[in-house]
Amino acid sequence: MTKLLHGLSSVKGFVMLLWTNKMGRFGLIIFAVFAVIAIFAPFLHTVDPSATGSCENMLVPPCAQFWFGTDDLARDIWSQVIYGSRISLLVGFVAAGLTILVGTLVGIIAGFYGGKIEEVLMRIVDFFMMLPQLPLMIILAAVLGPSIWNIIFVVSVVSWPTTARVVRSQVLSIRERAFIEASRCIGASDSLLMFGEIFPNVVPIIFAQSVLIVTEAIYAEAVLAFLGLGDPTTVSWGMMLHFAFESGVMSRTPNWIVPPVASIVVLIIGFTFLGTAVSDVLKPGYRETRGL
Amino acid sequence: MALKGFAGFAIRKVGAACITVFAIVCANFVIFRLVPGDPLRMMFKDPRVSAEQMQLVRERFGLDKPLGEQFLHYLRELAHGNLGISFWQKRPALDVIADRVPQTLLLIVTALIIAVILGTILGAIAGWKMGTRTDSVILTIALSLYSIPAFCMGIILMLIFAFQLSIFPLGGISTAASGFTGFEYWKDVAWHMFLPALCVVFWYGGEYVLLTRSAMVDALGQDYIITARAKGLKESAILKNHALRNALLPVVTITGVNLAFAVAGIIEVETVFSWPGIGRLVYDAVMKRDYPVLQATFLVFAVAIVLANLVVDLIYGYIDPRIKVGGEE
Amino acid sequence: MALLEVRNLKIYYFTREGVVKAVDGISFSVSEDETLGLIGESGCGKTTAVFSILRFVVPPGRIVGGEIIFEGRDIIPLSDEEMRLLRGEGIAMVFQGAQNALNPVMTVGKQISEVILEHESITKEEAWERAKSQLELVGIGSERVNSYPHEFSGGMKQRVMVAIATACNPRLLIMDEPVTGLDVIVQRQLLALTNSLREKMRLPIIFITHDLSVIAETCDNVAVMYAGKIVEKGDTVSLYKDPLHPYSKGLIGSYPSVRGEKKELKSIPGAPPRLINPPVGCRFYPRCPYAMDICEIEEPELKNVGDNRLVACHLIK
Repeated sequence: MTKLLHGLSSVKGFVMLLWTNKMGRFGLIIFAVFAVIAIFAPFLHTVDPSATGSCENMLVPPCAQFWFGTDDLARDIWSQVIYGSRISLLVGFVAAGLTILVGTLVGIIAGFYGGKIEEVLMRIVDFFMMLPQLPLMIILAAVLGPSIWNIIFVVSVVSWPTTARVVRSQVLSIRERAFIEASRCIGASDSLLMFGEIFPNVVPIIFAQSVLIVTEAIYAEAVLAFLGLGDPTTVSWGMMLHFAFESGVMSRTPNWIVPPVASIVVLIIGFTFLGTAVSDVLKPGYRETRGL
Repeated sequence: MALKGFAGFAIRKVGAACITVFAIVCANFVIFRLVPGDPLRMMFKDPRVSAEQMQLVRERFGLDKPLGEQFLHYLRELAHGNLGISFWQKRPALDVIADRVPQTLLLIVTALIIAVILGTILGAIAGWKMGTRTDSVILTIALSLYSIPAFCMGIILMLIFAFQLSIFPLGGISTAASGFTGFEYWKDVAWHMFLPALCVVFWYGGEYVLLTRSAMVDALGQDYIITARAKGLKESAILKNHALRNALLPVVTITGVNLAFAVAGIIEVETVFSWPGIGRLVYDAVMKRDYPVLQATFLVFAVAIVLANLVVDLIYGYIDPRIKVGGEE
Repeated sequence: MALLEVRNLKIYYFTREGVVKAVDGISFSVSEDETLGLIGESGCGKTTAVFSILRFVVPPGRIVGGEIIFEGRDIIPLSDEEMRLLRGEGIAMVFQGAQNALNPVMTVGKQISEVILEHESITKEEAWERAKSQLELVGIGSERVNSYPHEFSGGMKQRVMVAIATACNPRLLIMDEPVTGLDVIVQRQLLALTNSLREKMRLPIIFITHDLSVIAETCDNVAVMYAGKIVEKGDTVSLYKDPLHPYSKGLIGSYPSVRGEKKELKSIPGAPPRLINPPVGCRFYPRCPYAMDICEIEEPELKNVGDNRLVACHLIK
């Protein structure tokens, strides 16, 4: 475990470690490409993605001006795809942050205190894990109304229990180790123990977990938007597909559906591979077998 | 432990399932009141909601009464199987759902059976051949198929097989006004079902490959496999009687939990292919802002998952000797 | 002619970090009425050595040299199928840690009859009866034939393992740390069972352990292994009374004697060498209290010093 921590102490060291893994390398490249696209979106031959155009520019096939053509409201599809990466990454990372925060807190408290507190918290976690996630997200999103922040909230509501469960079981094994006992003997407070002693030891688990949750959040945003629960003031890949489906002309406009589908698929596969790689390299013995 | 053996185990599991169902029923009540103020507020914003519908909702929830009384009213209605009136179809939500159940079951049961069989076999092969080229090919494909969202997979399949090649229909369950009967009709249904089912098979099968593979790898690393080898058993016997039997136990347990994910697949695939099942109903209810139907579908899905989990638990308790006798997991 | 003769056996593991010489040129033999003990610290290669007798050497490990002659035939070049037929029928093995060595979802009766059905042409019913009598033989009682492993205690599971291993009347039994992890009373019972089986079935046994008292109780002869090599061999009584190799001295000196004079317990300082780059000379040289200059340069050979005693040490002339 100290070795793991050592690896995590520098982000660079950890990225290097991931780079040694085939899937990790693939995931890192995809993530880097989408991050660059999201950051430099305004400079990539884009116009305002939600700006509608005149009638003659409706459903234009791909051309020099509109690289991927236009949709039924004469919006530039290329620009929508480029700006869509911002929404996916934003939802992915903010929702993951929120989920990790709540999940870790619940997991550490439950694992550390045990007894009644743990029992109650874990019953709640089990209950949430039993619920069908997508219908729950749909009903919450429908009740709360369409906005990007509601989507982030909804995603966090359904994902925190998994994190709490994973963190708790890690805390349980750490709690028994001698150094916690030792710290208690010298009179450390509960909060110091939880966040000074235990927290650093669950960081690797949290890290692996957060990659999974980013993936789930990107997926959740896409599917909610596709089902018509997206934020109408923004442009996302899922929304594009929703509009394409509702337009009734999609059989004739592959240029409208292929770019967002490809973007969603590639980004999610990239993150899935990254997640697999992270849990692989965090397994004890990975460095040894690689001779690192 | 007062009750020993399988009976005690079963009674505990059924009890736990009842508590969970009650909690779901409560959650369903709470979610609708999450919005600050009057839950009808959001419907006022929607011009499609008429005054007549407003009145229906008011009666349905007894919104002028205090929360406790509302809750009791809600439970009473629920006990009579009343899950509200559909805004859109103007008939009980439960009836609307009941109409859709057979189509969903047809699609999902067919697809899941194929997915579980194929996924388990391929996963077992990959685990047995761990570290070889066969393994890495199966693993990479399965991981990709599993991670692609079902609705994206549906769109891709539709794009290739329905739009470009035109060998499968765009959607629906049968050719409209075809007048097919008997065998012809079922052939037509099967033809319509091919793409949505394939989509579920890809996605769900991919997951089963991953699950079975890791369970298999786990089982193969156990000491009893070395014992079996030391007995001089044939490789096929080791695979079948020792590795696979142990690997399938965790796979069976996961099946229950997985049904929650299967629900997501149903909603996505049915929406893409306009398959007239519960999943498509959810989409239609979202589009029509038909809250009673939406709530009813959530309740039906959640309860179905609890029941399915219960069945899986009981099967698991029956086939795993450790649970049957010990009574405790 | 010995039943089993291992000659100059070498098993190396080819890892990324380098070649691990887990077993580096060992020779020993077991005759038809002999119990041989193989003793050494964990990681000295004793388990690797006996696993190779069943040809259980998995990549990155490989048998790189030597012969394993069982009943007059070298088993290293045998085909996988020939080897499979020999396992369980000719050579059987009881493993360390019976907790996990039994299949949790199969009745013990099935696990015993399975091996009989594989090697003998008898009916299922006959095999089932044999399974019952095997359970009686190891002192469990035939009525437990339908039980699952989790219904047994650790000691009973190990008895079931013995029942499985002896089910086909093998000509050689290998026991790899069979009593490790069991409590002392259960250990005694199991060793008593082993001894009675040995007499009843006239079964030659190779006993691997790091526990001196286990060897003392069961074995006629003993071989001491250190860092992939056999450093001393002889009959149990004389080797215990008068260990010649400094490592054997340390091993026996670090073990309390139940009766007899109170000796000061000494542990051997240092740790066994990493087998990737073992010392050039004697492998025990870095830890040896009697080390001489020659020990660092030249590896001592295993020499016969009379009375069937072999020692590899420069001190012994």
